[in-house]
Amino acid sequence: MDDTRWARARAQTQRFLPVMALAVVAVLAAACETNLPQSTTVIEGSHNATLWVPYRMVFILAAIVFVAVMALTVIFSITYRERPGRTARQFHGNTRLEIVWTLIPIIIVTLISVPTVNAIVAEAQPIAANALRVDAIGHQWWFEFVYLDEKVTTANELHIPEGREVAFNLKSVDVIHSFWVPQLAGKTDMVPGHVNDIKFTALRARPEPYLGQCAEFCGTSHANMRFRVFVHTEADFAAWLKSAAANGANPASALEKQGQEIFMRSACIGCHTVQGSAAAGKVGPDLTHVGSRTTIGSGILVNTPETLEKWIANSADVKPGSKMPPMAKSDGGALSKEEITAVAAYLSGLK
Amino acid sequence: MATAAGTLAHHAESGVWSWLTTVDHKRIGVLYGITAFSFFIWGGVQALLIRTQLAVPNGEVIPATLYNQLFTMHALTMIFLAVMPLGASFSNFLTPLMIGARDVAFPRLNALSFWVFAGGAVILTSSFFFEAPGAGWFNYVPLAGRTYSPGQGIDFYVIGLTVLGLSSLMAALNFAVTIMNMRAPGMTMMRLPVFIWMVLIISFLLILALPPLTVALIELLFDRNYGTNFFNPAEGGDPILWQHLFWIFGHPEVYVLILPAMGIVSEVLPVFSRKPLFGYSAIVFAGMAIAFLGWAVWSHHMFTTGMGAVPRTIFAANTMLIAVPTGVKIFNWLGTMYGGSLRFNTAMSFSVAFIALFTIGGISGVMHASPPVDTQQQDTYFIIAHLHYVLVGGAVTGIFSGIFYWFPKMTGRLLDERLGMTQFWLWFIGVNMTFFPMHYLGLVGMPRRIYTYDNDLGWGFWNMFETVGAFVIAASVLLFVINFFRTMQQEPTASDNPWDAPTLEWATSSPPPEHDFDVIPVVRARDPLWYNRDHNIQAEQPTGEHIHLPPPSYYPLLLAVGVSVLAVGPISHIAFTALGAVIAVYGIWGWALEPTE
Repeated sequence: MDDTRWARARAQTQRFLPVMALAVVAVLAAACETNLPQSTTVIEGSHNATLWVPYRMVFILAAIVFVAVMALTVIFSITYRERPGRTARQFHGNTRLEIVWTLIPIIIVTLISVPTVNAIVAEAQPIAANALRVDAIGHQWWFEFVYLDEKVTTANELHIPEGREVAFNLKSVDVIHSFWVPQLAGKTDMVPGHVNDIKFTALRARPEPYLGQCAEFCGTSHANMRFRVFVHTEADFAAWLKSAAANGANPASALEKQGQEIFMRSACIGCHTVQGSAAAGKVGPDLTHVGSRTTIGSGILVNTPETLEKWIANSADVKPGSKMPPMAKSDGGALSKEEITAVAAYLSGLK
Repeated sequence: MATAAGTLAHHAESGVWSWLTTVDHKRIGVLYGITAFSFFIWGGVQALLIRTQLAVPNGEVIPATLYNQLFTMHALTMIFLAVMPLGASFSNFLTPLMIGARDVAFPRLNALSFWVFAGGAVILTSSFFFEAPGAGWFNYVPLAGRTYSPGQGIDFYVIGLTVLGLSSLMAALNFAVTIMNMRAPGMTMMRLPVFIWMVLIISFLLILALPPLTVALIELLFDRNYGTNFFNPAEGGDPILWQHLFWIFGHPEVYVLILPAMGIVSEVLPVFSRKPLFGYSAIVFAGMAIAFLGWAVWSHHMFTTGMGAVPRTIFAANTMLIAVPTGVKIFNWLGTMYGGSLRFNTAMSFSVAFIALFTIGGISGVMHASPPVDTQQQDTYFIIAHLHYVLVGGAVTGIFSGIFYWFPKMTGRLLDERLGMTQFWLWFIGVNMTFFPMHYLGLVGMPRRIYTYDNDLGWGFWNMFETVGAFVIAASVLLFVINFFRTMQQEPTASDNPWDAPTLEWATSSPPPEHDFDVIPVVRARDPLWYNRDHNIQAEQPTGEHIHLPPPSYYPLLLAVGVSVLAVGPISHIAFTALGAVIAVYGIWGWALEPTE
């Protein structure tokens, strides 16, 4: 290659490289800077902190390879473009180059392998002695959480303490689901017939919940299978645990009282449990403290008496494929509009 | 020199019957191409529906069940009915021409492969009239079992894929035998065009990969319909077994989809760089290495299923190793451009774009080869970005390059370059607009296979951007269709070798006569036509001896009808199985006794 062409190529590189590098950095920065609720680059849990080491490494190396290959492609495309008087040089290859560019990817993947194996080993450590042990069970299309030592059952909203390891047994009662809270930990599948495990420590308590979502396609309402994780200080967590272990609250008004009666004589109790009452169904979510949850329908509706009415009337209207049959008379159920209002009031009162 | 009479008019016969009974590899290639491109458009329509639903948060265009069926059928259509058979179209048309043969080893078997493919495609696609499968193309049990998918959709999936697999298996055997046995004098293995090497490698991949898939499909058929419990955890079965069997097929399948494009690019780059391929043997052995390593990586699709630390480490290491031969290929393609005199027509532009786009897909592949990283990227849009950069930016971009490059050989006509370059730029822009932001969406936690998402997750803008990109891709494909029909209306005036290309298919007329070559060429070097040109070697003169060609036969079509009717028994009535068996046996009988003259 003669000097003028080198000069031209160098000039093109100088123009082009910053643009490419900027593009890569922009994507990376966008992903890191963003505080989106399900961002995988926000590190709020120990699992995420462990995997961030290889994660960052692959990004840096990927950016280098990306810029290098794109730069070569563009520079060659410009430099060797057909023009009058230009003839292609005839050669078949170069063994030394082949060896060099076989070694380059070998070095790159070796660099990735080291933190990868470290992270795999770190994840395989035994469970801490003081760990909080929770069964997380996938259902079509909601999550059940059972605190094994505390004998507390809840659904779709998980409460954990900051700074203490939480060790999950991941199970499923029907199809394969996947347990994923991007800001706290990577995902692990919930496979029927298997018990998988994942453990992590939430790094800090904060008022707003961490968002989780089922990450393995599990049927009609896979997109609506979401959950929330609330991270408390140890003291707040102990208080939550105490209230969660209590029986369902007694009705506080006439309407709630009426709702309770309807609930207890209707199909509701075939599927739902309210601790301390005749309702002991195991198919649907435990409702003992449903009134204290921020959302219903596995995280798709804000929990208010109105949304509860909507849900009870015909849950499949808001959550396609929902296994809960419609309760409103107008949709083939057994309850009138007034009765549904009463039941919703009762459930809202189950703080 | 173009044949005066036009595309295929020089064949002894024309008309529908001649196409139904043809055993000519070129016509079968055309049949594959037209069928597959039609399905490519149909799969694209499904993609546009998907993108329309996702354009805004809480979209209400497509309901959940239909959405799930659409993404399932989009994948099945694009993989099995579009990209695979588009590869088959090239390998059918080109393999005998590029190795200097008059047809494939088993011409009637070749016809049978196509008609069985057509039968499988009809079965799979007709599910839309009954119930389309909606458990994803990976079709994980127990979701795909009778309990959680009680309708017939999954049975269409099982039967359709079984029949399609039969077609691919027969084609693979045929091409492996053809390439091993029917090369022209002097065409040693290390003089084979790279595209032919890739066809050979794909053939072996398919021969080995389809049996595990077929086993899985038959087990699922029995689980769903005849009370077995292969995948039922309640009775001692294991849903993870399906995943192993599926991905032992599924990962080599990825290479079946991408290797033809790598072969095409390896043919196109040297021609329009005006110099030989850089590192021929490195590219060939890298292809073999990719195919070989491809058998030991399937569990990287299953890093989050609860595998232990040891298998995760081993499968991660194997997966990362694939980056080595892949990198070697990319560097050799760049080496081919280096020092050349690059002519950027449409074919070349698509090939250079292939290098760039495929590299992006390759890089992201190495990223989630690391299991801890994969726990964040698995089943998110990051994976959608990765696989579309490989299959759209890679495979389909390569296929468009091949279409523009070989169109004059196939039809005697050159596609319009102005429309072609417009299509290329729309394609390049559209692909990047649609798929690049998916990397970002995956990193900020957007799972795949969701029909809806909330506004406050912050995914709205880039989803809208991607949807616009998808329509830019659609416009690009539409331009190609227009270009195709306009070009086909013109007179076939293309010369034998309009690109001054080095491989044997350019030694015969455009389009080639039914017997491919008047005289079987003698190969003296890796780039035979360039060698002959540079050494002033004239083509051999015809001796006027009789050229034997197999006569047309309707038995392949009949047998394919029999197989397809037989296969739909389990989803309709057992009487169909009996009827199909009778037709099939009659077809085999007639086939065996058919005279060869």
